Amino acid sequence: MDAVAALPALELPARRAAVRPVTTEPVWVRRALIALALAFFGLFLLLPLAAVFVEALRKGWAVYLAALVEPDALAALKLTLLAAAIAVPLNLVFGVAAAWAIAKFSFRGKALLLTLIDLPFSVSPVVAGLGLVLLFGSSGWFGAWLAAHEVKILFAVPGIVLATVFVTFPFVARELVPLMQAQGREEEEAAVVLGASGWRTFWHVTLPNVKWGLLYGVILTNARAMGEFGAVSVVSGHIRGQTTTLPLHVEILYNEYQFSAAFAVASLLALLALVTLVVKHAIERRGDFAALRRGSRT
Amino acid sequence: MAAHTGVLPGFRLTLGYTLLYLSLIVLLPVAAVFGKTLELGWGEFVDVVSNPRVLAAYRLSFGAALAAAAIDAVFGLLLAWVLVRYSFPGKRLVDALIDLPFALPTAVAGIALTALYAPNGWLGGWLAALGVKVAFTPLGILVALVFIGIPFVVRTVQPVLEEFEPEFEEAAASLGASRWQVFRHVILPHVLPATVTGFALAFARAVGEYGSVIFIAGNIPFVSEIVPLLIIGQLEQYDEAGATAIATVMLVISFTLLLVINALQAWAARRGGKEQ
Amino acid sequence: MSIEVRHICKRFGAFTALADVSLAFPDGELVALLGPSGCGKTTLLRVIAGLEQPDSGQVLFDGEDASDTHVRERRVGFVFQHYALFRHMSVFDNVAFGLRMKPRRERPSEAEIRRRVMALLELVQLDWIADRFPSQLSGGQRQRIALARALAVEPKVLLLDEPFGALDAKVRKELRRWLRRLHDELHVTSIFVTHDQEEALEVADRVVLMHRGRVEQVGSPEEVYHHPATPFVYDFLGSVNRFEGRMEATGLRVGESLLPHEAPLPAGEEVVAFARPFELDIVPAESGQGVPARVARILAFGASARVELDGEGEPARRFEVELPRERCAALALSPGQPVRLVPARLRVFAGRAEP
Repeated sequence: MDAVAALPALELPARRAAVRPVTTEPVWVRRALIALALAFFGLFLLLPLAAVFVEALRKGWAVYLAALVEPDALAALKLTLLAAAIAVPLNLVFGVAAAWAIAKFSFRGKALLLTLIDLPFSVSPVVAGLGLVLLFGSSGWFGAWLAAHEVKILFAVPGIVLATVFVTFPFVARELVPLMQAQGREEEEAAVVLGASGWRTFWHVTLPNVKWGLLYGVILTNARAMGEFGAVSVVSGHIRGQTTTLPLHVEILYNEYQFSAAFAVASLLALLALVTLVVKHAIERRGDFAALRRGSRT
Repeated sequence: MAAHTGVLPGFRLTLGYTLLYLSLIVLLPVAAVFGKTLELGWGEFVDVVSNPRVLAAYRLSFGAALAAAAIDAVFGLLLAWVLVRYSFPGKRLVDALIDLPFALPTAVAGIALTALYAPNGWLGGWLAALGVKVAFTPLGILVALVFIGIPFVVRTVQPVLEEFEPEFEEAAASLGASRWQVFRHVILPHVLPATVTGFALAFARAVGEYGSVIFIAGNIPFVSEIVPLLIIGQLEQYDEAGATAIATVMLVISFTLLLVINALQAWAARRGGKEQ
Repeated sequence: MSIEVRHICKRFGAFTALADVSLAFPDGELVALLGPSGCGKTTLLRVIAGLEQPDSGQVLFDGEDASDTHVRERRVGFVFQHYALFRHMSVFDNVAFGLRMKPRRERPSEAEIRRRVMALLELVQLDWIADRFPSQLSGGQRQRIALARALAVEPKVLLLDEPFGALDAKVRKELRRWLRRLHDELHVTSIFVTHDQEEALEVADRVVLMHRGRVEQVGSPEEVYHHPATPFVYDFLGSVNRFEGRMEATGLRVGESLLPHEAPLPAGEEVVAFARPFELDIVPAESGQGVPARVARILAFGASARVELDGEGEPARRFEVELPRERCAALALSPGQPVRLVPARLRVFAGRAEP
């Protein structure tokens, strides 16, 4: 009965290992391709990352730490955190609202709406900043009104926040729309039929289903919010200690030839990037999330 | 917008909020750029954008972005292939770090690449000995744009390769195709739409890229001055009209690219469709 | 071309897919590899094709060892279960693929390719959809295109993996007949894999029954159906009634009852016995012959009537009896009625085989 145990002695020598399977390449091709890919990876991804940390510590830990606790750096850190703390929740709420409307209902113009949501991805950040200048600058659409009421947006914190919100606008929505579309609306309809209110349905049925996608979108939004350079650069006015974010602070230090300090601050941002990648990777490795994403792609 | 609302609530609220927020945050600034351009008048507009320095910047921005996206397409496909098909030590690390350009602030990437490729840098010195100058030349811009664009290609091609059934390759092999023929005639056509989409995404990103480029570019007018930098330069001279005219051309191209990318993605979805 | 496999073994990790399989496939025959899923039939087909390397053993084509020949050079036509048609190519290009991949010296001219592809499309009666793409075809059409594509390289042997598995019942039946006719026209040595016994018995010249990586029986459809060599084959092919008991001098003791049977096995041996539904008769409970059972359901449509019965014991064994409608009417059966079952013919195997 047990076929496995009853294997007869084999009279033929096992010599098959040399013959490779049909769907792979000769070993030398495989090795060459891996080597080429790793060379590219090392040159373009690993080396720049390593350079940040090596340059940051070039003059030792004392200089490194001094650059981080310097008042202007701390002010920049505070502003960066503030901008992210405003931009992330705003775009999170938007992303959820947009995904609900787009994924759970059908209406005309949906494709156009999706394209417009993607717009900030393909507009140069500098052009986005320019748009804000044209709105809120002294000769802008709202410039006169703002001046009359003594509201300062440009070259101040509100401008930086607006620029950050603009460039991070699509991330959460982009992640949630396909996920929620893939899930359909049967589960929500079942909840409503069972007597749940709209809010409870969302909270107990929709949200648990998309929580990893939500977190994924938030992680990406946050990384971009803290790292944005071009758009923020246009609207910031570069007032040290007041309207500089960490990336702008890096630029200032670099242009003043304080390379070690510039790289020290940059290493902080690089660490943020690494943490982002680790969290992102951890979410991607979750089976349910991976399966959902795969389902949503088709 | 006639909606089939069904039994689920919240359609008006969420769609209304979506449209309002979209208009305030995205459409208004973009509209401001177009509005300002309309104030300009055609003659003035043409004057600005046909200035030789501006034309040189356009050529550089688009040329370098195109070249970088092409390099990314080739190496992105290679990286995706290696990550999907082969196993090697450190594979998971490589897979996770592919997204570094998405996560690393562009200014950080910019100064890091400059440190590497400057004449006194890690690689720059070595390359200088070979007579190749990278930093502060268009080549430096290319390097930065290749860095920025690589995840776009890898991350669009990778899932397509993962889902490709070995059956197709076995079928081709049983019909007498060599390994190269299988790749050329069966695998490549299958991943081509995704590769082209990744190329377009990388290109769109590269055209507007600012932070990672300005440090390594050297920003010499007519030689290594990219369009976004030119826009900032005009703004710093309080020439909003000039900046806007230059930006409008970029915006129009961005819109076109966006439509092209959408069409490409639809094409890729149709080609890769699982209609079996 | 004739095919022979000798002592093929193949494991996937701890799972043994093929345990010392030796078989010969004569030239020009249509052979079915039949068995439940996981029995190794697809693995054997893939080993013959060269898509899978056996851990040990040989594959011989016309007596020559082909074990080290790459699938590319084996000249086998392989039809995949899900067809594996290239989505980005038209039907024509799919069929032409094998010809176009030939080395330049052997490659026919484009005109010749066109002629041969169209001839093949005519053969599978689909020349009118040459310009369509696979996504525009029905399942049955894809199946035929996959076959045409495999035939284009003039294979010496045709291998089909569950050729009708992905089709709905009606199309499956039509394609079955069509494949048989096609084989009679072409006479290419063909092997197909199936888990559907009806399909195997209806289409194939010979049936190879496989179970747990081993060959249970090889024979013509009549042979394997009427003279199953093992309990597994008996159980697998068609409906069957099982009796478990012990041999005695005069017959087979099942519970309290004694079924008369000429003893091929020594008395005292534990055995399983099988009878097909049409080999059982129903007699009144008072007769005292056979084994007791209780009528559960009577299905009196079609040419003959089918009666489902519950046996005694826990859990109750189910029986199925097929008998002429008139006989069924004469018995005047009703659900719940106690009766007895008498086998006209029993096939007895030693040991208590798996259920």
